[in-house]
Amino acid sequence: MMVFNRRKFLIKHASWMLIVFLLLVWEMICVGFNVPEYLFPAPSSVWASGVDRWQPIMMHAWQTFFTTLVGFAIAVVVGVVLGVAVGTYPIVYKAFYPLLVGFNSIPKVAFVPVLVVWFGIGTVPAILTAFLISFFPVLVNVATGLATLEPELEDVLRSLGASKLDILRKVGLPRALPYFFASLKVAITLAFVGSVISETVASNMGIGYLMMAASSSMDMALVFAGLIVIGIMGVVMYELFAWTEKRFTRWANRGVNNTAI
Amino acid sequence: MVFVEFEDVSLAYEEGGDLAIKDISLSVKQNEFIAVVGPSGCGKSTLMKLVSGLTEPTSGYVYIDGRQIGGPQKCIGMAFQASNLLPWRTTLENVMLPLEIVQPYRSQLRRKRQEFEAMAMALLERVGLKGWEHKYPWELSGGMQQRASICRALIHKPQLLMLDEPFGALDAFTREELWCMLQELWQEQPFTVILVTHDLREAVFLADTVYVMSKSPGQILVKRDIDIERPRPLSVTYTEPFAAQVHVLREHIGSIRQS
Repeated sequence: MMVFNRRKFLIKHASWMLIVFLLLVWEMICVGFNVPEYLFPAPSSVWASGVDRWQPIMMHAWQTFFTTLVGFAIAVVVGVVLGVAVGTYPIVYKAFYPLLVGFNSIPKVAFVPVLVVWFGIGTVPAILTAFLISFFPVLVNVATGLATLEPELEDVLRSLGASKLDILRKVGLPRALPYFFASLKVAITLAFVGSVISETVASNMGIGYLMMAASSSMDMALVFAGLIVIGIMGVVMYELFAWTEKRFTRWANRGVNNTAI
Repeated sequence: MVFVEFEDVSLAYEEGGDLAIKDISLSVKQNEFIAVVGPSGCGKSTLMKLVSGLTEPTSGYVYIDGRQIGGPQKCIGMAFQASNLLPWRTTLENVMLPLEIVQPYRSQLRRKRQEFEAMAMALLERVGLKGWEHKYPWELSGGMQQRASICRALIHKPQLLMLDEPFGALDAFTREELWCMLQELWQEQPFTVILVTHDLREAVFLADTVYVMSKSPGQILVKRDIDIERPRPLSVTYTEPFAAQVHVLREHIGSIRQS
């Protein structure tokens, strides 16, 4: 019983323990090998720098958070609308898919200068980059959820004389919901990547800009503090969507709760 | 009075391809219970799709209630081998589904939800699912899912019930239990039934008329009336006349295999 409980405890807190372990290793390497701070700062100095410059970090973090969320929101709307169209109508699928795949293959960082020419530097290109990078997974997942609908489920409704819209509302969309929520988790992390990339290239606000500015003055501790803030924001948002997913699509995750330790 | 009529119906799924069924002519009287049996791949399920309007015949005509079928019908209830319950809905919500789609229920649903729910609850109780209304399909056993599926097929009081091997995936005991349940439902409130099955005992036990189909292209070989008195208790399946009926049908199927 004791052994079992300890095992349970270990599994539950594995992620925290790994983080603590890695931080310790990191600290030991930096202190042990006497690595200069302008190359690779120890966690302790990153922490010190973070606490020291808390206010500017928070300001830039809010900017990044805001642009990310706006870009992400647009991505969700556009992704769902296009996903429904692509998943429902074969002709739209045929017409759009190659184009979308091609577009998704373009590194978005290469697109930022174009956005800057069109919209100037700052918030707008960051929002648009976050949107451009994160709408694709939403689209693909919604479309997949709709396209993989079991024909039998559709037949049940069709044999009742249901219209295409009925089928979409009663079966298609509920069936696609787990796919949709799964895509939100991927999309939100990508949206952070997008907005930070854009800020790094063309902005005077946001964590991306903060890190660029800090690295040009060799303030590596601040750069790492910025990285960690982005990481934390990403994890928090991811967990938030993972939680919503669990809540709204329990039927698709049945049994998972029983098998999870 | 004839309710469903097939007139020289043939169907090829691909244009110019092999026929799935060929020159099928049969007629089903109002409130008659017919069964269609045959080896797998004889186009039994195709027959179902034709009646429900999900596919159109390549040649020939299908009539329901004297009208030629064009598109999905709303006076039909269907149940398949898989229960096809929607996993995000409870049993009750699944049974209510047709009421959200078929008129006149659809437009009355908002006003009469309570009444309709009571209707669904009563039907569920009738098939022995009382207490399971608010469970999700995956919490039900296979037999219970199939009961719920039949409730869903009957909730909008269709004139025609189509069953596509509905008991095929169940164990023998559950299957026999559901035969009796279906027979009782049908006798209480008669409707026309087309049952597609490969279980000869099932066909003889339930149906007034059994049609035997040949392998591809599906054609009707034999039409056989089953004149066993109703209601038929389960014990009738162990009597001599019953066994004789099954035997005769079996021989027809056997000869299909050889040819």
